[in-house]
This record gives sequence, structure tokens and C-alpha cells, in this order.
Amino acid sequence: MCLAIPALVTAVLADDMATVSLGGVVKTVSVALLDEVAVGDYVLLHVGYALHKISEEEAERTLAMMAEGGLLEAELDEIAGDAA
Amino acid sequence: MKYVEEFRDRALAEKLSAAIRAEADPARSYNFMEFCGGHTHAIFRYGVQDLVPGNVHFVHGPGCPVCILPIRRLDDAIELAERHGVILCSYGDMLRVPGSKRRSLLSVKAQGADVRMVYSTLDALDIARKNPDRQVVFLGIGFETTTPPTALAIRQAADEGLTNFSVFCNHVLTPAAIRHILDAPDIDPEEAVHLDGFLGPSHVSTVIGSRPYEFLSETYRKPVVIAGFEPLDVLQSVLMLIRQVNEGRVEVENQYARVVTREGNTKAQDLVDEIFELRPAFEWRGLGMVARSALAIRPAYAPFDAEARFDLSEKTSREVKSCECPAILRGVKKPKDCKLFGNVCTPDNPMGSCMVSSEGSCAAYWTYRRAETLAEMAKDKAMAEQAA
Repeated sequence: MCLAIPALVTAVLADDMATVSLGGVVKTVSVALLDEVAVGDYVLLHVGYALHKISEEEAERTLAMMAEGGLLEAELDEIAGDAA
Repeated sequence: MKYVEEFRDRALAEKLSAAIRAEADPARSYNFMEFCGGHTHAIFRYGVQDLVPGNVHFVHGPGCPVCILPIRRLDDAIELAERHGVILCSYGDMLRVPGSKRRSLLSVKAQGADVRMVYSTLDALDIARKNPDRQVVFLGIGFETTTPPTALAIRQAADEGLTNFSVFCNHVLTPAAIRHILDAPDIDPEEAVHLDGFLGPSHVSTVIGSRPYEFLSETYRKPVVIAGFEPLDVLQSVLMLIRQVNEGRVEVENQYARVVTREGNTKAQDLVDEIFELRPAFEWRGLGMVARSALAIRPAYAPFDAEARFDLSEKTSREVKSCECPAILRGVKKPKDCKLFGNVCTPDNPMGSCMVSSEGSCAAYWTYRRAETLAEMAKDKAMAEQAA
């Protein structure tokens, strides 16, 4: 549960919430810990909250590392299982 | 170099490995503690130990949130679910950790207690909204990354006037635990683990920034490099630490500068300050009582504090006999030094917390180093028998 996963913000919603897309999973998350978030931003997502904004390059680099390490699938399962 | 094929960028891994070999002084040894379980996992998954010379050692620290929760607090959570009949919400890993008498949250759930795995505090809040006639308690665990989400949930519950939601708060602080480990040799010489530097946690640092580690260089004269989780990040950070040691420099350096700043996420820090206050001391599995190392919910938010709302009994909690998790969490012992490893204690049947979470040292050895560890154990046993 230490890992945070990069996600792309696809819609900004009311009450500090946003929709993000990650590996085909769409999820509603809280962006209340960040000052300003816009569609197209990448964020580090941890236990349902965006912790930090990151660059697209960093997001891609982290996602590739997690996929290679077999970590992405487990994280996505957890998130998808919860979304179901 | 048997693991180097695993790397996406093999050329860079080989280059970093070669630089480490060239710069590490064969006449000395380098002991670096990786505090965070995420690093422990990356080191094992990618065989980073095999890419550095034999005199560079990784000492696994206590940075796994599931591993360090003391058994008494877990027993309290079980009591909340069983005796107080609450809906107890927790992150997944926590459910399988054995408490006293080998009972886990999962086993009491099987016996009828209402224990639910959640991915986020947002889900716990939702459960409270949908069950207004039931008390819902979120078991809050973790370091500085999971604390702001818990703080937000409490503030959200207060804003909405939810009267059936509370948090059993067990949030802990990274810098205080590092300080405790460095003070340990002064308290008990047998606990002396010589450390030449630290790999600082990455995601924790996105929240708290690099500044809270500056006491390590200023007071304890220990180099720190805040390291990303990618294996190449770990290798680069090791090289940066070796350079500091060789040059006699003692600094907080930030290898993960593409994400971590000195200040961190001040919005998250302010929120944590609003909801929580420091506990004078808190018990950690392995470390014992650690001063000013954990957070409690401020009295202003007492209605959302499970410890204030529910009367928890005084209990005598017992660790599993022979389980070496406490010493392993202090970096004093390794999984091979635990008699239970691999025979009675496995990820399917864990006896201690270090085998439960994939970020725990024992689980990492089991997954990636099982054969070598069991062989070392057999050798140690044969030598001990011969000596006797």
C-alpha cells in the first residue's frame, strides 16, 4: 500500500472530486489535497486521493516500471474491484 | 549480473552498476537502510543486491505500515468489530495479520463480525452514509501518505454531520522512527546496527517534503538520498550515497526531484495539523514505545475518534512465540534468523506481520529469495549443531 499510481484527470467534478482514467479503469477520486487540477493533468493517486501532480513523462515512466514489475495489475485489480 | 535482464533500460542499469562497483571502496563496507517497504520490494523484485558489490548492504527498515502496527492495537480493532458490533473498515493487507491467539480481522469476519475491506476512506464514508443505524469505524493505519486522506474523511464527516463515523487512528511518522533507530544503540548496545546512510521514502516525501530529514544530516551526521521506487532510481540513489560517504559529505539529497520538493504538499500538511495532534509516545511493533512518533485526533474532533467513542478493554496481547518480526523490523535480524520462516510461517499461513504484506521483509525473501534463504538456514543450523 506504499505505491501510488499515476492517473490522467479526465473530468473535474464538484466538491473537490475528479474522474481519472488509469489503465482502462475509470474512477472517481478526491483532488481535495491539491490546489488546482485541470483536465489533462497527471496525478499520483494513493488510496483514492490525488497526492501530487506529476508530469506526463513521469507518469509514463512510472506506469511502465509498474507494468514491468507486475505491480500495475495488482493495483488496478484493487481499484477496479472497489469500483465494481 | 543475473537479474539485469529484468530491467527495461538494461544499458542504464549496467552503467549504474558499473559506476557503483568502480566507486565503492573495497576496503570499507556500506550499510544503507531503506526505510520504506516499497523500496524493499523493488530491491528484491529486481535483484538490486546482485547489481552492487558485496560490501554494499541493504538494511531493511520498519517502513511497512501493516508490519509495524503493534498487536495490541490490532486486538483493539478486533474488539471493536466483535464486542462493539461496529462495521470495521480497513485496507486489505491489514485483514490477514494475526493478532493475539492467531485471530485476524479476516478470521473474526468469518465468524460473523462485520469487517469490510475498503480501498479508500471515501468508501468508508459511503458505508456510513448507507448504514445510518450502524456505527462505522475506519481503521486508520500508515505513514504520511495515508494520513491526509484520513484527515479529509474526518473533516468531511464533520461537515456532513455524520454521527455514525469514527476513525481508530494509528497513523505514524517516518522521521520520528528513523530518529529512534539511530538512538537505539545508545539505549541498548546489542541493538547497534551500523548505518552509513538512508534511502529516504519517495511517496511519503511528496507529502512532507525533504526538509523533515535534515535533522539526520545536521544532528546524526548521516547522509540521506530521497529515492524513487523505480529500480533505476534505487541504483542511482545508492551511487549518490556512496559518493557522499567517500567524500565525507553529509547531506539530504533528492534523487526523486522530479516529484519531491523541499516543502512537500503544504495543503496536505495543514489539513493534517488541523485534524491531528502528536501523541507523546506510541508503540511500534519491533521498536517498542517511540516518543512523538504518532498522531491522535484532536479533541475538537473527538466525536470522530473511535478511542473516545468506544470503551476499549485493557488487554494482554501476545506476539507469536519465536516470531522474529520485531528484531527484523529493527534491522537487527534477517528473515533467515527466524526459526519459523518457511516452515510454519508462509504467506498463506503467516505467523507475523512481516510475512503478510508484500512490502514486508519476510514476504520479499519468501517470494524472491526462498531457496537461498532456506539453504542459509540449513547451513547455520548445521554449524550451530557442530559447535554444540
